[in-house]
Amino acid sequence: MKIKWWLIALLVCLAVASFSPLASSSPDGLERVAEDKGFIDLGQEAPFQVIADYVFPGIENEAVATILAGLIGTLILFAVAYTLARLLVLRKKKPI
Amino acid sequence: MHIPDGFLNIATVATTYAVSAGGVGNAVRIANKKLGERQVPLMGILAAFIFAAQMLNFPVAGGTSGHLIGAALAAILLGPWASVLIMSCVLLAQCLIFQDGGLLALGANIFNMGIVASFSGYYLYRLVTSLLGNSRRGKLIGSFIGAWGSVFLASIVCAIELAVSGASPIGVALPAMAGIHALIGIGEGLITSAVLSLVLVTRADLLKLQRI
Repeated sequence: MKIKWWLIALLVCLAVASFSPLASSSPDGLERVAEDKGFIDLGQEAPFQVIADYVFPGIENEAVATILAGLIGTLILFAVAYTLARLLVLRKKKPI
Repeated sequence: MHIPDGFLNIATVATTYAVSAGGVGNAVRIANKKLGERQVPLMGILAAFIFAAQMLNFPVAGGTSGHLIGAALAAILLGPWASVLIMSCVLLAQCLIFQDGGLLALGANIFNMGIVASFSGYYLYRLVTSLLGNSRRGKLIGSFIGAWGSVFLASIVCAIELAVSGASPIGVALPAMAGIHALIGIGEGLITSAVLSLVLVTRADLLKLQRI
């Protein structure tokens, strides 16, 4: 059986996500500007936290927690966008 | 460039939510008309890749990092309206699950990194490929310029929102945001053309799909 191309592509995406502990922890462009120009303190914490800052809660090893967050997010995004696209295609064929 | 809550005032929050809601609604309508079976897995893959790649902050000058936005890549492969949908999925998940980008700022983040970046990236790419020819070389240069421009323009729009909200005067925010993102955009350009080149080698047929 021929393996679907997108399964391989999804594995590549998961591989990309598992490099996440190597990412630079420096502030990004907007954070840097906010710090330098003195408005970073305006920022407010989110009213709730799920997998805040891409660190899966309750895992001591931060690299593992980051990789786990990345893998979960990558799978969620694939599922959400795939399902959305599938619904948009289906609904066209069978108008309600 | 994910704006947290607190940086934007209520008027900017309301305006950007209204504009982004209209944009996403239009994207749904257009995708509903034009999206085909073959684009479905690519939509999922692009959302997954953009999320994963956005986690990989790369260092730029002076203790600052940047990461891919990905809107130009999605727009080049699938078209700007499809890219708006993909970016909205990514930004919504980042906001709700990963607390990256504020709830109130979501409208602005979708406007900047979804709508502005997708359309500017797409039309810059189209402009360059029409000038240089739709060859491999034209596509790779076009994707670099489109991706760079998408980050640069999104950062300018972001600076305007910050200024209008009173977070930082335009004379301060605009040069600072545009300056650092002119550098971050180089990373966006390199990643976008590298991925496009990989697609051209492995699945060149994907570039023949109708753009949405």
